[in-house]
Amino acid sequence: MLVPVQERLRQDIEGWIKSNGGDRSSLLPVLQEVQKKYSRISDYAMQVIADLLDIHPVEVHGVVSFYSFLKEAHKGRFEIRLCRTISCDMAGRDRVARQLENELGITFGETTPDGRFSLEWANCVGMCDQGPALLVNEQVFTCVTPEKVHDILAHFKKMMDINVFQQAEEH
Amino acid sequence: MTTMKTITNTLTFSAVDPDAGLKKALTKSRADVIAEMNASGLKGRGGAGFPTSVKWNLAAAAKSDKKVVVCNADEGEPGTFKDRVILADFPDLVLEGMTIAGYAIGAKTGIIYLRGEYSYLRQPLEAAIEKRRAANLLGNDIAGKSGFSFDIVIRMGAGAYVCGEETALIESLEGHRGESRNRPPFPVDTGFMGNPTIVNNVETLAWAACILAKGGDWFNSMGTEQSAGRKLFSVSGDCARPGVYEFPLGVTIQEVLDDVGADDAKAVQVGGASGHCVPAGDFQRTLAFEDMPTGGSMIVFGQDRDMLEVAINFLDFFLEESCGQCTPCREGNEKLLEGALLLQEGRCSMGYLKNLCALGETMQLASKCGLGQSSPNAFLSIVDHFKDEVLGRTAMAPIEG
Ligand SMILES: Cc1cc2nc3c(=O)[nH]c(=O)nc-3n(C[C@H](O)[C@H](O)[C@H](O)COP(=O)(O)O)c2cc1C
Ligand code: SF4
Ligand code: FES
Repeated sequence: MLVPVQERLRQDIEGWIKSNGGDRSSLLPVLQEVQKKYSRISDYAMQVIADLLDIHPVEVHGVVSFYSFLKEAHKGRFEIRLCRTISCDMAGRDRVARQLENELGITFGETTPDGRFSLEWANCVGMCDQGPALLVNEQVFTCVTPEKVHDILAHFKKMMDINVFQQAEEH
Repeated sequence: MTTMKTITNTLTFSAVDPDAGLKKALTKSRADVIAEMNASGLKGRGGAGFPTSVKWNLAAAAKSDKKVVVCNADEGEPGTFKDRVILADFPDLVLEGMTIAGYAIGAKTGIIYLRGEYSYLRQPLEAAIEKRRAANLLGNDIAGKSGFSFDIVIRMGAGAYVCGEETALIESLEGHRGESRNRPPFPVDTGFMGNPTIVNNVETLAWAACILAKGGDWFNSMGTEQSAGRKLFSVSGDCARPGVYEFPLGVTIQEVLDDVGADDAKAVQVGGASGHCVPAGDFQRTLAFEDMPTGGSMIVFGQDRDMLEVAINFLDFFLEESCGQCTPCREGNEKLLEGALLLQEGRCSMGYLKNLCALGETMQLASKCGLGQSSPNAFLSIVDHFKDEVLGRTAMAPIEG
C-alpha cells in the first residue's frame, strides 16, 4: 500500500524522537534527520515535532532559524559552502567564488533553477592549512582553484545523472 | 576524501601506548586520578585555560548519579584545526580520555559534540566507539572494573560558532537555540539537563589520557611554571608549511614561525578571530597562559597583507555568529564593522576612531559571553599596532558633498 508522504514523515519523526531519547533534547538530532531525508524542514514537520514533544511550534521554529545548517526553504540537492574566513580568503577564495558563480549561473544565497546546487558562504570549516576550502553537503574539498571548481561540479552532476543520489521527497 | 594530509611535526600522541592511561586509572581511586591530573598542572586546551583537575574535582564532589562528560569538538575558532587532526588520527586517545574523566567524576554518560562541518568524522568515530564497546573499554564493568559503566554518544552541531561556548553548547544539546547562559551556576553544578557536567576540549581529553599513562610529573616537567606541558598549534596563512605543530608552552612566536617557514611575517593573529594581533616587533612573546593565552590558532600575515581587511573579515565573522542575545555584542559588532568600513574608505576621524575603541572596550566588559567579550580584540589590536596603515587611507569611494 502506498503511504502518503506526510504520514511517512510523521512515522519517521516518531521513530527518531524515540531513538534519540524521547524528550526535548532529541530536537536537534530529529531536525537533522528530517532535513537529511526530506531535504528541508517544512511547517508541517515542525508542527508534528512540536506536537510529539509537547512544545509550541514557535519553539521549534526558533531552533530551526538559529542554526545555519538547518533550513525551511528548498535548497539544492547539493549545497556548496565556500569558506570565506581569513585563511581561505588569503589563499584566494574570491576567485573560487567567482568561478562557482560563473559555472552555476547563480550568486551566493541562490539555488540553480534545476534544484541541483545551491551556493552559500561558510565560516571557517577547519581546513585553514589547505585553503580555499569548500563543503559539498558533508564532503570537503581543499586547495580549490578556479579550474578545480569545474571538476568538482562535473563530479556531482554526473552523480545526479546516473542517479546515485536519490531525489529527496517533497512534503 | 579530497583533501591532503595535514602537515604535523612529531606529536606526543603518536608515542603513547593505547589504553595504558585508562588501565592505570582503573587501578587507582577516583581521588587519586584527580590528584594525578592535579600534579600534571594541565589547563584546558580549548582556550580559556581553566585547570582541568579543578573542574573534575568540582564535578566529582557534586552528588548525582547522572553526571555527564562532554567532549567539546565544536572547533569553530577561525584558524583552528588541531582538534580535527586529533579526532581523525587519534580518536581512541580522545575516547580514552573521556572514559578516564567519566571514572574520575563518577559519570556514566559521555557526549561528543561534533561540529556539523566535521560530519565526515562521524562514521570513523562511531566505528572507534563500537570497537571499544566490543573490547569492553566502553559499556558495563569496563576493563573488568566492576561497577564502572560509561558509554559515549555523538551529537552533531549545526553550524553555529557560539555553540562552542560551553553553556551555549549545553543549551544546544538540550534542544534549544545556542544562547549562552549566565554563569554561575556553572555546568559542573547545573549542566546538561540540570546534571553536573564537565565540558572539555578534544585536546584536553587526549592529554588526560597521556598524563594517566605517563604520570603527572612527566607532563609538568615540560612548559613553564604556570603553563605546564605541551600544546598543539594550528598554523595557517602566509607560511611555507602550514599545519599542526606541537610545542611546549612558553615557546616564542618567533620559534613557531621559524619551524613553519614564515620568514616574511609582519604580524600573527594569536588565538583566532577572538585573539590578538601581534606585530613583528613582539614576536619574542611567548605562547603561554601568563603571556599570550591561546586555543592554538596562529594565522600568519605576510608583508603585503592589508591589516584593515583582516579586521573587517573578523568583524564580519562575529556579526554573523553573534547569538543576538545581548546588546553590546549584537549592536557593538555592527558598529565596529561600520567603523572599519569607514576607515577603509578613508573617512574616519581620529575622534570617531577613539569612540570606536571605547565601544570595543565596553563590549569586552559588558557582553554576556566570551564571544562578545573577545570580538573587539582583533580590531583593537590592529588599530593599536597598525595605525599608520589604518588611518588616512586614500578614499576608495567618492567623497560626497
Ligand atoms: C564563543 C566561544 C566559542 C568557543 N568555542 C570552543 C570550541 O570550539 N572548542 C572548545 O574546546 N572550546 C571552545 N570555547 C571554550 C569553551 O567555552 C570551554 O571553555 C572549553 O570547552 C572548556 O574546555 P577545556 O577546559 O578543556 O579547554 C569557546 C568559548 C567561546 C566563548
Ligand atoms: S556576547 Fe554575543 S554571543 Fe554572547 S550572549 Fe551576548 S550576543 Fe550572544
Ligand atoms: S579559514 Fe577557511 S577553513 Fe579555516
